[in-house]
Amino acid sequence: MSTLKILVIDDEPGIRSGISRILRNFRVDYPFMEEAFDFEVFEASTGEAGIGIIENNKPDILLLDNKLPGIQGIEVLEYIRKKQYDFTVVMITSYASLELAVKATSDGASDFIPKPFTPQELRSSIENITKKIFLKKMTATLKETDKQVRFQFLSVLSHELKAPLNAIEGYLKIARDHQLGDKIEDYHAIFDRSVERIHGMRTLILDLLDITRVESGKTQQNIVDTDLVKAMQKAVAAIQPSSAEREIRINLHGSDPIWMKADINEIDIIFNNLVSNAVKYNKDKGLVDIHIEENDGMTKIRVEDTGIGMTEGEMAKLFQDFVRIKNEKTKYITGSGLGLSIVKKLVENYGGTIDVTSIPDKGSTFIVSLPKERSCS
Amino acid sequence: MKPGNTTILIVDDDMDYLFQARLKLEQFGFKTITADSQREAELILEKNRPDIAILDLMMENEDSGFILSYKLKKKYPDVPVIILTAVAAETGITFDILDENNRKWIKADLFLEKGVRYDVLKTEIERLLQKS
Repeated sequence: MSTLKILVIDDEPGIRSGISRILRNFRVDYPFMEEAFDFEVFEASTGEAGIGIIENNKPDILLLDNKLPGIQGIEVLEYIRKKQYDFTVVMITSYASLELAVKATSDGASDFIPKPFTPQELRSSIENITKKIFLKKMTATLKETDKQVRFQFLSVLSHELKAPLNAIEGYLKIARDHQLGDKIEDYHAIFDRSVERIHGMRTLILDLLDITRVESGKTQQNIVDTDLVKAMQKAVAAIQPSSAEREIRINLHGSDPIWMKADINEIDIIFNNLVSNAVKYNKDKGLVDIHIEENDGMTKIRVEDTGIGMTEGEMAKLFQDFVRIKNEKTKYITGSGLGLSIVKKLVENYGGTIDVTSIPDKGSTFIVSLPKERSCS
Repeated sequence: MKPGNTTILIVDDDMDYLFQARLKLEQFGFKTITADSQREAELILEKNRPDIAILDLMMENEDSGFILSYKLKKKYPDVPVIILTAVAAETGITFDILDENNRKWIKADLFLEKGVRYDVLKTEIERLLQKS
């Protein structure tokens, strides 16, 4: 429950106490709002006293009579505007004239309640204002969240880009200064690490381009009939050098075409990520089993490995940007931490889903389900 | 305190940085203990008191370095802590390090950019050791 503060500035005691009474047990509650609102009413009999309450209590809504003993309602409005306070102001007045209405509106009043008013008129006016305040708050929160997500992304990105540069620079300086002695063999390890970090950085840059493409949604998609089995064969062929080196066997079951309306480049990104992960996080001499099956207008792509697997906690973080599962087993494996978050975004763009099951030290299985016809974009 | 009698705890999840920092600091004559995660560092700290600690900021979590620093200072209040961060100043991201409230709990003695030259790092280590 949130409470909105309402300040009534009116010189008639009857009006003030009437409003207090009407709003005391009033609640505004809509199914779309996460919280209900109730109201706390403050009363002032003059503009001067009202300004005091404004300063001390910062109300959300101001019910303002224009005809006041000291300064007029319009002057209170001007004060609020000068201070740039963000209140919703409703004029309550029996002296409503067109001229006053125009002046008050240009000074920031958003509504008028003519005196005398019924409890129902007051309540419906307050209800509308509450809805607007709620929406304004929600918009502000969303913008803020969006900003924070960008900020987070940039800060992690700068970290991820600088780390390999620092590492490679450090190794080059060690080599330049002969810090490991004069035998070239003693430098092989650090050259290998440098090359590895350069590979990692290249992957990161390519992944970044992919994610920007997916997120901006601006590039033209080229949706054509795509053979998923053929695309998978391509992905398997691409990883062959690394899998052969570590004697990892990849079995792609079935060779008959399975068609889907999709952008070939996007399917390539999804498959390359799944297959290269299955190899990267596998054990030497391990296995990768790939099944592509269609059923009920959905195509299921299952990529199963006999690798290092993950814990429940690690799985929970898996699809977030820049999340890399860091533990003893992954310490020497480089990656951008973007691959699976790109895959998830792409799959969801096609109205599909991605699921993972995993057992530490036994392996992981990724299942991507894609509708044959895209249902949404 | 002479370098030879000084033990530095280096904590970083980047194995290349760990290797290089250890090589450099040992060439300067310091003894080193290394850990590649907040968790491993916490285990080391249970039984060992380093003379100074150099911590990476982002490890398992984005604020691993802060948390580690907090825990280290709680156990060994006199051990100076340097936090290294690759979070670039040029992006304007400073983690509000200078913010009064954060200062209160973070308690690191010094923040340095990750790419800082090792001779600068050495000077800072010696300065902090003299103070403590």
